[in-house]
Amino acid sequence: MEERERYMEQEQLVGMIRKSTHEVFETMLGLTLDDGEAAIGQAAPAPIDGVVAIIGLAGCWVGTGTFSVTAEGARKIASQMLMQEYTAVDEEVLDALGEITNMIVGNVKTALEEQCGAMGLSIPTVIYGRNFTTRSVGRNEWIVVPFHCLGTKVEVHLCLIQGHENQHMARQTAILTMQ
Amino acid sequence: MALDVLIVDDSAAIRKILHRVLVQADVPLGRVVEAGDGAEALAALKNQKVGLILSDINMPNMDGLQLLSAVKADVAVKDIPVIMVTTEGGSSKVMEAVNLGAVGYVRKPFTAEQIKEKLAGII
Repeated sequence: MEERERYMEQEQLVGMIRKSTHEVFETMLGLTLDDGEAAIGQAAPAPIDGVVAIIGLAGCWVGTGTFSVTAEGARKIASQMLMQEYTAVDEEVLDALGEITNMIVGNVKTALEEQCGAMGLSIPTVIYGRNFTTRSVGRNEWIVVPFHCLGTKVEVHLCLIQGHENQHMARQTAILTMQ
Repeated sequence: MALDVLIVDDSAAIRKILHRVLVQADVPLGRVVEAGDGAEALAALKNQKVGLILSDINMPNMDGLQLLSAVKADVAVKDIPVIMVTTEGGSSKVMEAVNLGAVGYVRKPFTAEQIKEKLAGII
């Protein structure tokens, strides 16, 4: 693929992620996000302590979207969304983060569908722990889009490749737990 | 007359938010029944009468479109209005839901006003 064409695709995807994430936070949490600088990298999300929600996409584009935030940030976001104070990362906090991810990646999917037709979205998987990282099988580029709100940083990561016809399964994401 | 509502979503957070919106909406709300997927919703409908179903589409076990088909095929519950509340914003999914008999479609993320507007249109 031409370098210029690839750059345009990445810029377009960053725009879709920003628009979707702003809309979800403003509508469901009543929060305005500050944009960080988007980056393109070979690596999946770096090791973090906190919550990562992962969701798969399949169809004309195939890949994985993730939403990551610290444990403290996860509690603050869930508290804002559900209008009650959470003092620990419990089932309800993880569920809220999974649903936020579902809405963000789901809206990106809807934008992509306008260009290339129907796509599928998996049920989100949410992981909470300390010092872990996620990896997508293969050597594809991740688009990393950070935001700031409630005194914390949240990141949306997207790894997409163009899908082939009849390719219905999202790429597997392997979760490597580090000590 | 109070309106009993069945909320179907695999996310407890979304069920809680929809419940809160219903309480705040200007409708005579009765009982609110919750289900985590289409299969749970069908089981609930066997035991409890409701006047409205709010359902997600992407759910494990039985998704919202399968639930909608099953509801419209069951003479005992086919007249219950069903509103889809979902991240599935693509026109093909909307058309599929409308063709199956959904009376409304709200895309996530949603505002309380959007839900209230849909309720006002059918109640």
